[in-house]
Amino acid sequence: MPKDGGIGTSPKRREDVRFLSGTGRYTDDINLHGQAYAVFVRSDVAHGRLNGIDTEAAADMPGVIRIFTARDFEGCGGVPCGWQITSRDGNVMQEPKHPILAEGKVRHVGDPIAVVVAETLAQARDAAEAVMPDIEDLPAIVDMKAALADDAPKVHDELSSNLCYDWGFVEENREAVDRAIKEAAHVTTLELVNNRMIANPMEPRVAVGDYAAHSDESTLYTTSQNPHVIRLLMGAFVLNIPEHKLRVVAPDVGGGFGTKIFHYAEEAFCTFAAKQLRRPVKWTSTRSEAFMSDAHGRDHVTKIELALDEDNNFTALRTDTHANMGAYLSTFAPSVPTWLHGTLMAGNYKTPLVYVNVKAVFTNTVPVDAYRGAGRPEATYQLERIVDKAARELGVDPIALRRQNFITEFPYQTPVAVQYDTGDYHATMDKLLDIADHAGFEARAEESRKKGKLRGFGISHYIEACGIAPSNLVGQLGARAGLYESATVRVNATGSISVMTGSHSHGQGHETTFAQVIAEMIGIDADQVDIVHGDTARTPMGMGTYGSRSIAVGGSAMVRAAEKVINKAKKIAAHLMEASEGDIELKDGQFTVAGTDKSVAWGDVTLAAYVPHNYPLEEIEPGLEETAFYDPANFTYPSGGYGCEVEVDSETGLVEVVGFAAADDFGNVINPMIVEGQVHGGLAQGIGQALWENCAYDADGQLLSASYMDYAMPRSTDLPMFKVDHSCVTPCTHNPLGVKGCGEAGAIGSPPAVVNAVLDALNRGGIAVDHIDMPLSPARVWAAMQGAGANLGAAQPAARSEDTAGGRSVGTP
Amino acid sequence: MIKIEMTVNGRPVSGEVEGRTLLVDFIRQTLLLTGTHVGCDTTQCGACTIHLDGEPVKSCSVLAAECAGARITTIEGMANADGSLSSMQQAFQDYHGLQCGFCTPGMVMAATALLEENPTPSEAEIRHHLEGNICRCTGYHNIVKAVQAASGQDVTPVAAE
Ligand code: FES
Ligand code: FES
Repeated sequence: MPKDGGIGTSPKRREDVRFLSGTGRYTDDINLHGQAYAVFVRSDVAHGRLNGIDTEAAADMPGVIRIFTARDFEGCGGVPCGWQITSRDGNVMQEPKHPILAEGKVRHVGDPIAVVVAETLAQARDAAEAVMPDIEDLPAIVDMKAALADDAPKVHDELSSNLCYDWGFVEENREAVDRAIKEAAHVTTLELVNNRMIANPMEPRVAVGDYAAHSDESTLYTTSQNPHVIRLLMGAFVLNIPEHKLRVVAPDVGGGFGTKIFHYAEEAFCTFAAKQLRRPVKWTSTRSEAFMSDAHGRDHVTKIELALDEDNNFTALRTDTHANMGAYLSTFAPSVPTWLHGTLMAGNYKTPLVYVNVKAVFTNTVPVDAYRGAGRPEATYQLERIVDKAARELGVDPIALRRQNFITEFPYQTPVAVQYDTGDYHATMDKLLDIADHAGFEARAEESRKKGKLRGFGISHYIEACGIAPSNLVGQLGARAGLYESATVRVNATGSISVMTGSHSHGQGHETTFAQVIAEMIGIDADQVDIVHGDTARTPMGMGTYGSRSIAVGGSAMVRAAEKVINKAKKIAAHLMEASEGDIELKDGQFTVAGTDKSVAWGDVTLAAYVPHNYPLEEIEPGLEETAFYDPANFTYPSGGYGCEVEVDSETGLVEVVGFAAADDFGNVINPMIVEGQVHGGLAQGIGQALWENCAYDADGQLLSASYMDYAMPRSTDLPMFKVDHSCVTPCTHNPLGVKGCGEAGAIGSPPAVVNAVLDALNRGGIAVDHIDMPLSPARVWAAMQGAGANLGAAQPAARSEDTAGGRSVGTP
Repeated sequence: MIKIEMTVNGRPVSGEVEGRTLLVDFIRQTLLLTGTHVGCDTTQCGACTIHLDGEPVKSCSVLAAECAGARITTIEGMANADGSLSSMQQAFQDYHGLQCGFCTPGMVMAATALLEENPTPSEAEIRHHLEGNICRCTGYHNIVKAVQAASGQDVTPVAAE
């Protein structure tokens, strides 16, 4: 078919019209008849014993309907965790209860204690101010390493310590790795912090619970990336509502970036309260509340060692990571520092031996879970920083050192369990150097020098694992869910099509790209195809959108369902044309009989399926609707080369990103416009992490970065125009579209490129600095330039411990 | 309660508000114009940007009662008379200047106001003008292009850079 809307073209997004005209329907736009408003009373201390809650005065205030506390949830479960990790000693992780409302103790600033439900939002807010929790302060623990000391205050009294798990991977390689490092010609060591992030989708979370007494059905409207997962977790583990009596709808969702994957207490609360009160209950997060109740991301402190032989070949890699879980285990938290991180530690390199140790730690902070990239940015940051540091120590070109160690033959079995199916890392590196005009760098550096600025170029070459995941594999690794995806392709009598997908768009543009695929397969206009998502009552059980999995897993399910539809339609067409089924071809919306001029249109066949007068009823059923569940055979492995060019003001330490280029291999691309947009957004978040964004706590567990005044979101003036390319294509070998996924790459590949660029600028300027922790704020860069001794470290206290690098001092947000 | 009247998207409207009611809440909850969004509680994200007597204003930063008698335009009032998208709205679609769409109404309102003041802004001027509007999805690249295109400047088509 002509390429005016099929695979590989960039039609405009159909969803844009409603977003641009103000007719989008986000959860907060939903107002149900008779709805009441919920406001949460939250802890303002990091750790304390909850001796009681005085609700008397609040209960008498105007408009108050009811005040809920933990006692109301006695018959309910806690917020469940969806992944169980097993420690090196064979014990399963420590898994504390995560109550809907605090029971006996509060464990982080923002921990919900009580909820006021009132007639109006203002009345609920006023009454919430009058709820008086009696909290006896306890010493808070924020520093991960201190949290593991024998006498540390315990976040959960019932656990043996603050250690959630101690995971080793690959445990059998441990001794061989130790030996290789001991015997190496050169070992480069680096201690670094992957700073805590807050995802900050622009739409705050919202939940609206509704209950229909006549049918005993509960409905939850929520800002979620995966409504079926919420239905399963909340129905089965928290509220004991069977699936057929529970509907979860995630309508238009204003960005997610991971933080809207998880099941949150507020969702369970609104669903529960609506049934109790027999009226709809709505909760809308304020931004201030979002900072202390949305799951945070990253927050790893790592020591990494890279061993090289005398020819600079990588011989072994060893890492030792402390990963912050926060006060409770969020839905997928345990998987992030382990299986989503350790399995990526080979990177693009032939390193034969890898050992990763991760200690996950409970602290009195907001729970930490997946944020755009989830584990893979942490792996990439370590690798791409240590390779640069090794190059500097050895006096070799960092690009050449990478190339020398690149994996070049595929499939490639890494020493960390995963097998890469395809890739061409030299190609993406070549493309990057071309689009970044690396050859012209020296001339630009000279121009900067004349202006009194230090210019640097930093590179990073990432690999990620997307399209999570083969269900039997993740089951062995501790997942308590399958990770397939589903689709129903419903062909209507006149030939138009509704696709019901378990994937969910919260900005990715499924309604456009998924329709492109169907249009191409059948040869009809994309306008004839409607994509339905985000409602458990309308879509088959699916696992939702995260981990860059939509097109690779959800798209594959849709292709499989469409293939079934086409096969059946061919049978009908064969009957109509009195031909043999094997001779039927479908092209441009016409069925033809090979070698003849007989044809029948798509619409005639679909009509025959629903008006089966002339129809092979003895062989096939009427109708044309098929469902497929697709369980991937492997992860997909996008990769790419990223280059950042910065100018550093040598007087102030201010870093300006003056150029950023990204050359990605995403396999086949459905809609280049959307893919480029995904990369742009990822780059902004990765550059944000590297230079500005930081979630900071003080030693008492107070959240310092709790609003947009203290948490620096990248703004329009902070970023350059990007150069992005996806012309290097090694198609995925194991899914029907040959696609890999593009949603997270930008956030994964960019932070080390930025940091490497700043260090390159300083070192070229004669200032020998070998590491600065993110975010590279002017204060930190300036301090580093004044001598490494003054290096302001990250805000995470664990990075300030005596045994970590550089004698860092207390951080600033 | 205070009774107020104003003109919104060319139509006279009225309602009762408390003294503390923000303009954005009046727009969303009383007038049910939900295209104007709330992204923060510290007047820093710009998702709530509307035009107040022709000027771009964050509607979470003014009280509804202060706006009695004012002329207000929201995203719902931006389309052309025939219902087609305005040139700015159209440019956002053409250049993929939105993803989740949550910041978009505020962006369109702010960008439209810019062109009224400065019909052919440079990239730096566009970025400077939109500094008060946070977008978490796009990295601003395509928003800048959309505004350049809406102002009639030459822009590389999407997916051809
Ligand atoms: S909601 Fe008005 S500036 Fe954020
Ligand atoms: S499009 Fe999602 S915040 Fe801008």
